[in-house]
Amino acid sequence: MAATLNSKVPSAPIEEMWDRHRFEMKLVNPSNKRKFTIIVVGTGLAGASAAASLAELGYQVLNFCYQDSPRRAHSIAAQGGINAAKNYRNDGDSAYRLFYDTVKGGDYRAREANVYRLAQVSGNIIDQCVAQGVPFAREYGGLLDNRSFGGAQVSRTFYARGQTGQQLLLGAYQALSRQIGLGKVAMYPRTEMLDLVIIDGKARGIVTRNLVSGKVESFIGDAVVLATGGYGNVFFLSTNAMGCNTTAIWRSYKRGAFFANPCYTQIHPTCIPVTGDHQSKLTLMSESLRNDGRIWVPRQKGDTRSPNQIPEAERYYYLEEKYPSFGNLVPRDVASRNAKMVCDEGYGVGTTGYGVYLDFSEAIQRLGKQTIVERYGNLFDMYQQITAEDPYRVPMRIYPAIHYTMGGLWVDYHLMSNVPGLFVVGEANFSDHGANRLGASALMQGLADGYFVLPYTIGDYLVQATLEKHDTTHPAFKEAENEISALVKRLLNIRGERTVDSFHKELGRLLWEYCGMSRNAQGLQRAIQDIRTLREAFWQEVRVPGDGGELNQSLERAGRVADFLELAELICVDALHRNESCGGHFREESQTAEGEALRNDQAFAYVGAWEFRGVGSNPALHKEPLEFKYVTLSQRSYK
Amino acid sequence: MRLTLRIWRQKHAQARGHFATYRMDDVSPDMSFLEMLDVLNEQLTEAGEEPVAFDHDCREGICGMCGVVINGIPHGQHKHRTTTCQLHMRNFRSGETITIEPWRAKAFPVIKDLIVDRSAFDRVIQNGGFITAPTNTIPEANAVLVAKDRSDLAMDAAACIGCGACVAACPNASAMLFTAAKITHLGLLPQGQPERTMRVVGMVRVMDQSGFGGCTNLGECSLACPKEIHLDSIAQMNLDLIKAGFRRG
Repeated sequence: MAATLNSKVPSAPIEEMWDRHRFEMKLVNPSNKRKFTIIVVGTGLAGASAAASLAELGYQVLNFCYQDSPRRAHSIAAQGGINAAKNYRNDGDSAYRLFYDTVKGGDYRAREANVYRLAQVSGNIIDQCVAQGVPFAREYGGLLDNRSFGGAQVSRTFYARGQTGQQLLLGAYQALSRQIGLGKVAMYPRTEMLDLVIIDGKARGIVTRNLVSGKVESFIGDAVVLATGGYGNVFFLSTNAMGCNTTAIWRSYKRGAFFANPCYTQIHPTCIPVTGDHQSKLTLMSESLRNDGRIWVPRQKGDTRSPNQIPEAERYYYLEEKYPSFGNLVPRDVASRNAKMVCDEGYGVGTTGYGVYLDFSEAIQRLGKQTIVERYGNLFDMYQQITAEDPYRVPMRIYPAIHYTMGGLWVDYHLMSNVPGLFVVGEANFSDHGANRLGASALMQGLADGYFVLPYTIGDYLVQATLEKHDTTHPAFKEAENEISALVKRLLNIRGERTVDSFHKELGRLLWEYCGMSRNAQGLQRAIQDIRTLREAFWQEVRVPGDGGELNQSLERAGRVADFLELAELICVDALHRNESCGGHFREESQTAEGEALRNDQAFAYVGAWEFRGVGSNPALHKEPLEFKYVTLSQRSYK
Repeated sequence: MRLTLRIWRQKHAQARGHFATYRMDDVSPDMSFLEMLDVLNEQLTEAGEEPVAFDHDCREGICGMCGVVINGIPHGQHKHRTTTCQLHMRNFRSGETITIEPWRAKAFPVIKDLIVDRSAFDRVIQNGGFITAPTNTIPEANAVLVAKDRSDLAMDAAACIGCGACVAACPNASAMLFTAAKITHLGLLPQGQPERTMRVVGMVRVMDQSGFGGCTNLGECSLACPKEIHLDSIAQMNLDLIKAGFRRG
């Protein structure tokens, strides 16, 4: 196995690279496109935009999702906005600045070429979405409005109230629906991918389980595109949807695809705090709230006065004081870690002491309540619904929660994994965000991959790959189907005493404790042992009621949790090996005198891509060195 | 809180359903309604019974996947309109009996327990609920101006999450509010004009074919809608439909 991975970054100046490369890539003859079948798994921003765009080009597309409709994918929950380097505010923005901010925000652990391309096509995304009828916020003159967002000093974020993800997803869903109506996309909802099928070294199909009938089925194609999202639910409590899972990318990893940077997990600073053991998920309050909300805790430890009774002088606006130039708009990792620090020191608020205030009183005075209603109305309503507190009168209480995973399957400049024919887009790949994603960049990346990158690069693969004619009777399909049926049977036959969720919760607590906002070698070693023990217990003691030939939600969850139990170990292995702090990965052994993350570029300026070597065996590490020709590596500072 | 739950149990689409009664002794008022069902399901699983199947995903009130009829009201209450996942147990009293059913509509057949098949909604969208704008064949975003008030009204209609509460609330099981919301959203925007006639004709045809009932202006749909989609949109849809009839002769 090669010691390094070939990222296939073209050799050209970065500004011209993508244009030149589009010319150099091979094209599929228009009349030949319909002869190719492409499997797209997932219908979020990346999946739906890819499926629609590929079908528009003339390919046959099979599209899968586990939900009852493609419109439900979790991109829909993104609230705040989408970045694009339009420079509509005339505040000095450019593709280069967006590129620079994203590489810096990612703490210099992303591949420059991919990030530049992302910044370059960001403007096209806004054009595309407006044409589809996405009702972005507008000025009175009819032009598009912008807001600012964490980690940037220009206003480049486009938004549709607090429902930007919903509106962008519905735009992509409607484009996809048009293709389904035209018969160009065959849509398979309530269908979960459970295995990847590789023939002659190339990804040729998937094995699925129909979640209503329980039927295990195979689908063959000429390429497979995974757009299956992130793995944040490995922590049980996260802002992900309940069904979000790692199964598609994990089982592809077990078939040979490399998993890159699994320890890069993002903790979002503004979520509603936990209330009790019954908690099933955490609700995000958009980061855009930090534009107008001021974060503080009482200056006195254990101050139990209600926030409105605490005078100004006794409030500790810790972000504004520590980071005067970015203030409340520091990147997510910095904001989260500081919230944890003040709470660990005993300044936290709320019944659990794990919360800080996000206060709008100053903004309401300055802008008037109506402006705040227009900007954040639905978020305030949601907060009130969940907590029974009115954020127009009392400051919100917030605390960090797992939100996004920067790690994912390794891909090259073409978004193809090391398995030929297996493409990975959106959050599922290790992508463009390095060790930390900036706000309003996930929507941008999902749509860039699906609308403007994959449709070109996949053609180049299809023209050059020699794809033998096969069908789903091929032994590789039968073997995978048998393995899946056996797995289902095994889970149902354990008949233990513990529920699936009890294992999932225990795993989540373990990871949050030892591999959450800050990590150290001792804790990680312990976590790896504990995860192994828990995994063994799962396969002895889990109880999965019902049977396999029907709609069985416990069985669905059991399969996903079984994969989380393996992935969790890899996350810790990766976190243990990366003995530096960068972005969302904070190693206590590696920090500055002021307690900020300290990178070690000498030793760790690479992508860590892991190769599966068997459950419980050590995976093999492959390194893709990161070269920085355009961005100057520096210690991130938001002071 | 102590609660008695009467829940609709139905093994599969063809099976006969029935109400089963469950008692819960220790419900926290901070739980969401679905977290309360999670706790019930953990108890059922531990007792060797089959848990109650219900649809849910984002649990943030935006994906539209969840939704049950609670004491006769889709998503449970009219006071603060919301989705089932955002309804919290503090809205109930200890000692109460709560009846939980799936959406009831011919066009939404029950799949299992509280889960129904809403694929008819997808088919309505597939037949015109879009603006044809193939990837990259598009003008610069600010080339077409949209007045803020129209854009805001479009956003109001676009907020629909496709949960189906409107259908469940309507005595006729009409899907007019759902269909009209999309027609209104796209019809308010300049980009939506070229296909306006085709859109309303296509969507209404499929809506009618799917077995939804007609609208008799009762307004239950809008009252149950967690996104407060306005009844006016149905008037707009009917107007578009009449105009389309004239245009087509």
